Amino acid sequence: MKFEQLDMDLLQAVADIKAIPSGAVNIRRNGEAVFRHSSPNIVINTNPENKGLMVEVKAGSKGETVHVPVILTNSGFHDRVYNTFTIGEDAEVTIIAGCGIHNDSHSDSSHNGIHEIIVGPRARVRYLEKHYGEGMGKGKRILNPTTIVRVENGGSIEMEMIQIKGVDDTIRSTTAYIQEKGNLKVVERLFTHGQQKAESDIRVEIEGQGAAAQILSRSVAQDDSYQLFKAALVGKNECTGHVECDAILMDKARIKSIPQLEAEDADAVLTHEAAIGKIAGEQLIKLMSLGLSEQEAIDTILEGFLS
Amino acid sequence: MLILENISFAVNGQNGANKEIIRGIDLEFHPNRLYAITGPNGGGKTSIAKIIMGIYKQSSGNIYLNGENINDLNISERARKGIAYAFQQPPRFKGLTVSDLLQIARPGLDGVNLRTSLRDVGLCPEDYLDRDIGPGLSGGEIKRIEIAQLLARDAKISIFDEPEAGVDLWTIQKLIAIIMGKFRSKQGGTAVIITHNENVLHIVDEIILVEEGQIKERGTPDEIWPLIRHEVECKMKEQCRGEMVYEI
Repeated sequence: MKFEQLDMDLLQAVADIKAIPSGAVNIRRNGEAVFRHSSPNIVINTNPENKGLMVEVKAGSKGETVHVPVILTNSGFHDRVYNTFTIGEDAEVTIIAGCGIHNDSHSDSSHNGIHEIIVGPRARVRYLEKHYGEGMGKGKRILNPTTIVRVENGGSIEMEMIQIKGVDDTIRSTTAYIQEKGNLKVVERLFTHGQQKAESDIRVEIEGQGAAAQILSRSVAQDDSYQLFKAALVGKNECTGHVECDAILMDKARIKSIPQLEAEDADAVLTHEAAIGKIAGEQLIKLMSLGLSEQEAIDTILEGFLS
Repeated sequence: MLILENISFAVNGQNGANKEIIRGIDLEFHPNRLYAITGPNGGGKTSIAKIIMGIYKQSSGNIYLNGENINDLNISERARKGIAYAFQQPPRFKGLTVSDLLQIARPGLDGVNLRTSLRDVGLCPEDYLDRDIGPGLSGGEIKRIEIAQLLARDAKISIFDEPEAGVDLWTIQKLIAIIMGKFRSKQGGTAVIITHNENVLHIVDEIILVEEGQIKERGTPDEIWPLIRHEVECKMKEQCRGEMVYEI
């Protein structure tokens, strides 16, 4: 399969790949799988409804990586996909997802991706997902990811979900269920600018005894953009959970943050903290006193904050 | 040489009227000399430092650096001209590491010198280089990192704003020794240390006593120390009791 430069640029932006990576890979372009390769321990198949992938990671496999990036380059294209990841017990794997849209037309382009991840007993998963949009047209670049996670006994997953820039509209939905001694950490980093809108709705149900969950959100809203962050932690057993939302607000942007804690067991320990504010003046002055211009200082602060 | 010529600085007072914080001061800072600025809290010491750095804009008067009038230069431009300032209460940054800050302070600083900068202020590089300058660090740690980045800059004019504030008594002496060691060498540049620390006041070239926004006295330690001994010793006792007083 030959990839155009535009394809490779998008793939690098969302999955940090400069060439087809080794190991298990599925690259989806404009609604079709254009490259697929399974590895000895990771099998990628099309699901029976032909609406996406079934990715199976064998029990006990270690140090595995699977890349499943999506790119949209046809203007006005609307993509929908349902991928299922089943991680066998005791396996250790990194899943690199992400979607990039290039849209130069006046028609909207969108990707609605649903990922269902089943983390088997004692399995360890690292999930990276980057979203990015670019193009000169007035057509919107819309990304609506839905992620459903089931963490079985003793399993753990660390999810890093990033929206870099250029996405006009997004509704991000994440739901997780954690069983006994399971562990989940969600780190979300969002950057919006212009007239962009981003809504993130995360709900984690901690069902098993000794399970733990953390939801950490860092976001920057510039210009006239708007962000809504909703995070609900439900403690149904003896467990721990923490929600943290930090946001930097610039220009005329708006951010609404709604952390929610629901304790259904007396031994559930749930906490939250949220802070929204502009860049601190003393931070700017400090970096300028080291020789950075005001704009360089702002860029350095934002880059660090979202790193 | 840095010259402050008839500098005044006013802020809005409680009743809306202008209140003069600095009142017509004249100062000269010569190359490769050590200066201590001391005096009671609220006297204007930090304001003088911030005016030099360009953080505060003087109401009147002129500032010259090596003959060039720098009144219109902003903070960044003054920094690039060789003026450096270690804050009394440095800010914290989420996502910016100690290594990042040192590299910004001195672009191109190699790994060996990065580590040396931290060791000099009593911090183990392996434990600190990759740490965020965030809530996980104590005030004393942040302060030592602030001093490390200033020392790494090799600036023409280095201003330390109460380097002893927030630093434990065991570390103060070492920090002072490092600062003195650097600026006692002829190529160390000019150091201006805002301080109440007796040990510093004894070993600088000149002490400038600032009170109520004016230069009350200036001279060698032998000339000035007898005049300020009582107040400084009281201040040192406060520090020993853990009653650090920060200037606003």
